[in-house]
Amino acid sequence: MKEAKKQGGLNAEIQSRIGHQLRAMYDDVVRQGVPDRFVDLIRRLDVPEGSPQLGNAGEKNDGGE
Amino acid sequence: MPLTDQLRDDILASVPSLRAFAISLSGNGDRADDLVQETLLRALANIDSFQPGSNLPAWLFTILRNLFRSDYRKRRREVEDAEGSYAKTLKTQPAQSAHLEFEEFRAALDKLPQDQREALILVGASGFSYEDAAAICGCAVGTIKSRVNRARSKLSALLYVDGAEDFGPDETVRAVIGGSG
Repeated sequence: MKEAKKQGGLNAEIQSRIGHQLRAMYDDVVRQGVPDRFVDLIRRLDVPEGSPQLGNAGEKNDGGE
Repeated sequence: MPLTDQLRDDILASVPSLRAFAISLSGNGDRADDLVQETLLRALANIDSFQPGSNLPAWLFTILRNLFRSDYRKRRREVEDAEGSYAKTLKTQPAQSAHLEFEEFRAALDKLPQDQREALILVGASGFSYEDAAAICGCAVGTIKSRVNRARSKLSALLYVDGAEDFGPDETVRAVIGGSG
């Protein structure tokens, strides 16, 4: 296996620019927070055991007595 | 473990980075949110298999990544189309130079092989360790390191060597090139 040292001709400035752009793109989305649809989704699924609402996941729930 | 309030909060807290990961992988916002939704449903359905105290974000990222990959195989052709329309969407926006640069970056990222792109995002943007990234991708740590390195070299070639002309007739560049008045 090759060593990761081999940064070869990659100049450090270019690499830091790439790193910066990558994080900028990513953090731009992270900063949008949690869209309501996901809050609702988690809430909706977080129902007391035995409720028939578990629906969408199509999962057999093994919790019932 | 059972779905406690704490666990539910922790899952919700992971949503922003799951979305960022999904968008980075797919390049398509709508599809990314569907992917996140499917990830959450699957996670909640399989919450019993989550080991308390283990790395929740890594567990969720693994689910998302696997869903994306199985989905990707199914819809390879659609993906190409989606990339095209995504690029078009971007082009209709004001061509400020920062935005143009972002667009170039996004396009270059899309050109990376899947393996390299996901490794780079996990390590370079999500902030996972090489070890966590390897676990998420189901491969050796050394493999992740070499994928990240190859991704970086390829991006730098696309953006700053081969693709230099693609930056286009940017005003600043023009001024510099033709600026001896």
